[in-house]
Amino acid sequence: MPTVILGSARDVVEHCGVPRFLFTDFPLGNPCGTPYDRDMQYAITGLALDVLDRAKTPRHTVQSDYSWGDDQSWREGYLQVRGEDAARLALLGRENRSRRERLKSAGKGRDDA
Amino acid sequence: MLMADAPSRPVPYMERTRRYYEAQAFDKAYVWAHFPEVPFIPLEKPLEVSTLALITTASLYDRTPMDPREVTSGSTLEPPVRLFANDLSWDKNATHLEDLNSYFPIEHLKDLVASGRLGGLAERFHCAPTSYSQRQTLATDAPEILRRCREDGVDIVLLVPL
Repeated sequence: MPTVILGSARDVVEHCGVPRFLFTDFPLGNPCGTPYDRDMQYAITGLALDVLDRAKTPRHTVQSDYSWGDDQSWREGYLQVRGEDAARLALLGRENRSRRERLKSAGKGRDDA
Repeated sequence: MLMADAPSRPVPYMERTRRYYEAQAFDKAYVWAHFPEVPFIPLEKPLEVSTLALITTASLYDRTPMDPREVTSGSTLEPPVRLFANDLSWDKNATHLEDLNSYFPIEHLKDLVASGRLGGLAERFHCAPTSYSQRQTLATDAPEILRRCREDGVDIVLLVPL
């Protein structure tokens, strides 16, 4: 069945390999456009249909021209590990592992990212 | 807003994620799905007479990270007011999910049908469970979504992961 992906994690989608991909360079969460901007969202949804229509070979990526806006600070923020985070993340890792162990021994382990 | 300057480099999510989990001292690195061979199915008929199914990674109900995830479907005739994804990884500092159509473009697809650009929407949309297990996705979840799409007479699919 012909498919198109509309998404914002370019490296992840292209690493996977998909037939058709419309890439919107936005923070993860709103791949169709900024909240409440109906004109942008409608245009991007239409562009996804264009990609479905025009692609002739797999791994066909198109990047939308729309930008999230002037504030681009989100690019640096997401999952960024800074020096001051090291102790907090090490603790978080230990807590996650011990929680999983407890759930596993209670037979409630879940296979999930 | 249209982009005025040269495009920025896309965020390196895989590298960020690797470093994030390394900082938590996990012994096994995350393995992303990767397919050397990618299938390609050409359109069989024009968009104007095609029925489209919309697939999201959001959920019909609020979940915790430990709740089970499974394929669920909802009605496009009476779509939900909102979906849920608090248990998924997305940029919760930069944005929010209060506007359904910013991640689930149901109203825009209906407008595209009304305009004649798209033939129609399938009666059901589908919530694809994201799973650490690629085997579960390949052997269980994806075939189930395909089965439901075929049942609904779907011609084409738009997948919108968060």
